[in-house]
Amino acid sequence: MEKITQLTSKTIVLAIDDVDTDQIVPARFLTTTEREGIGVSLFADWRFDKDGNEIADFPLNSPDAQGRQILVAGRNFGCGSSREHAPWALHDFGIRAVISSEIADIFRNNSLNNGLIPVVVDAATHRWLLDNPGAEVTVDVENCTITLPTGQTVSFPIEPFARHCIIEGIDQMGFLLQNLDNIKAFENSRAWNPSLNI
Amino acid sequence: MSGKSLFEKVWDDHVVVPETADTPAIFYIDLHIIHEVTTPQAFNMLRETGMPVRRTDLVLATMDHSTPTVPIENLEESLDAVSDPEPAAQIRAMVKNCADFGIELHGFGSGHRGIVHVIGPEIGATQPGKTIVCGDSHSSTHGAFGAMGFGIGATMVGHVLATQCLLIRKPKSMAVNITGKLQPGVGAKDVILALIGKIGVDGGTGHVIEYRGDTVSAMNMEERMTICNMTIEAGARAGMIAPDQTTIDYLRGREKVPKGADWDAAVERWLALASDPDATFDIEVDLDVSELEPQVTYGTNPAMVVPISKPVPNPGSNLSHKKSIEYMRVEADRPMLGTKVDVVFVGSCTNSRMTDLRNVAKILDGRKVADTVRMLIVPGSESVKKEAESEGLDKIFVAAGAEWREAGCSMCLGMNSDKLGKGQLCVSTSNRNFEGRQGPGGRTVLASPETAAASAVAGVIADPRDVI
Repeated sequence: MEKITQLTSKTIVLAIDDVDTDQIVPARFLTTTEREGIGVSLFADWRFDKDGNEIADFPLNSPDAQGRQILVAGRNFGCGSSREHAPWALHDFGIRAVISSEIADIFRNNSLNNGLIPVVVDAATHRWLLDNPGAEVTVDVENCTITLPTGQTVSFPIEPFARHCIIEGIDQMGFLLQNLDNIKAFENSRAWNPSLNI
Repeated sequence: MSGKSLFEKVWDDHVVVPETADTPAIFYIDLHIIHEVTTPQAFNMLRETGMPVRRTDLVLATMDHSTPTVPIENLEESLDAVSDPEPAAQIRAMVKNCADFGIELHGFGSGHRGIVHVIGPEIGATQPGKTIVCGDSHSSTHGAFGAMGFGIGATMVGHVLATQCLLIRKPKSMAVNITGKLQPGVGAKDVILALIGKIGVDGGTGHVIEYRGDTVSAMNMEERMTICNMTIEAGARAGMIAPDQTTIDYLRGREKVPKGADWDAAVERWLALASDPDATFDIEVDLDVSELEPQVTYGTNPAMVVPISKPVPNPGSNLSHKKSIEYMRVEADRPMLGTKVDVVFVGSCTNSRMTDLRNVAKILDGRKVADTVRMLIVPGSESVKKEAESEGLDKIFVAAGAEWREAGCSMCLGMNSDKLGKGQLCVSTSNRNFEGRQGPGGRTVLASPETAAASAVAGVIADPRDVI
């Protein structure tokens, strides 16, 4: 995973509430056995018409949107299915941070595992960002803040260990593997056995 | 100090290393259910790093999401005839991954292939007090047994395969108290849709819900699974119901439950999991269902729901709602009742079990599906299919003009060839009415099996209370 401590980009705004992961990557694209190259299916049914042509007024299709790394989305982004293809596709498209007033739990965890930073801000900051597409915003992972072009700095919550992994560019698996002795001891100490083979 | 809730008891029993300010808890998983769609990338990771599956005896594997629902004689010869190449490759990859890593696969013809959240309970692998995960958000279903079930992404699937643990922080808790006797023709699906309508698609975010109250106690296990299944549609991490005699009676004698003295010990342990009388919750919600009508969705998320006789709310200045209603081609201020139906789908991890199929059969018996409607009935597992056929339900379905299929997720998410056409309206017993969920351009109305069956016969959205 790439290390991210801070990023600055103009925003793409998708001002729709409750965007579900079926929209982010429709189920018919989940038949892949790989994780690379999924960006082409990102928002497939909103980005392309039935002939595969780009729909001009969809925010991600704007010429200005290309290369931007921050997506500002409506409330409760990423609800629904647990498909990790959703953050894979956003990352593959070039997005490195999603800002909303609320981000669904499973999508948030999946994002943290893939170097996509979920940024939850207060309603007023969210409103300002929705109303100002293309604003240049700095996301500082080290200090858990975003800075708006107005100079205003707003903090956001992020799970400290996930933050550490993103800053160091490491997978959370390493910490679990360091604890295999503890896991073994836990298994040996249990009062009951969950095995399917009993 | 207050007592512990069901969730807190299960949580505390699985903490390997407690959480600190810097690190989440290392949390043990008792049952890992896997399927063909969300595991290939995790198995690839294990291969690349040379790691084995740590506890193959805690993995339950099957294939359900992209499998065809027409009969498959054998994978080599007949799969390609009924499946697109990519899903077929994914199905074959699952067979290979399970063989390579020593995992028993409940594959085609095993008798227990089916939807992940149907087979776990039916073989008795789902038990009270267990932690259960799957790369599928409807893992909340298993909470009906007093287990803690939740969905995870592919990276975390890899973590569990390699270490049997996850790194997570303790969620908050929410109690939902459901009271009142349901009217005939109104069921568990209507209850959970009404709850989601009340608290919203993000009403449970960050929380584990415990469903309580006399309505829940009176439900059978399959109805409780319907309730817990759709917990994720309110954004919650998991939904749980305290184990009681109904739970014990369901599990007794199933293949994977403890036997003899171990069974007695397990029952004692399971019944002690119920929340202590003085347990507290971060949020409490009350829902009285004694006057509840059948519920139908009108928009593109499960919280956009109305009682069947009541008008669709006017979106006013809410642009997201306006966009949603335009997509659905639904008129505000008028009820959904009477809306023309193209397809009826009975199936999915929400409503594909015997209780659901029997309720559908009661309405279809002696009636015909309208000429203008295609009705697809897809059992949740090979075992459910067999049981339904032993009761003659298949004959009732076919005589009515419905299609009776092989087990799988099917038209709930349209990963195989069971898809809606553009613009088609489907009354569906599944869990998500997202745009295009059942096929690009398709329009989904979520409802109970009874409402689905009544609508199939009428050719328009119909109230099941008029035909039972």
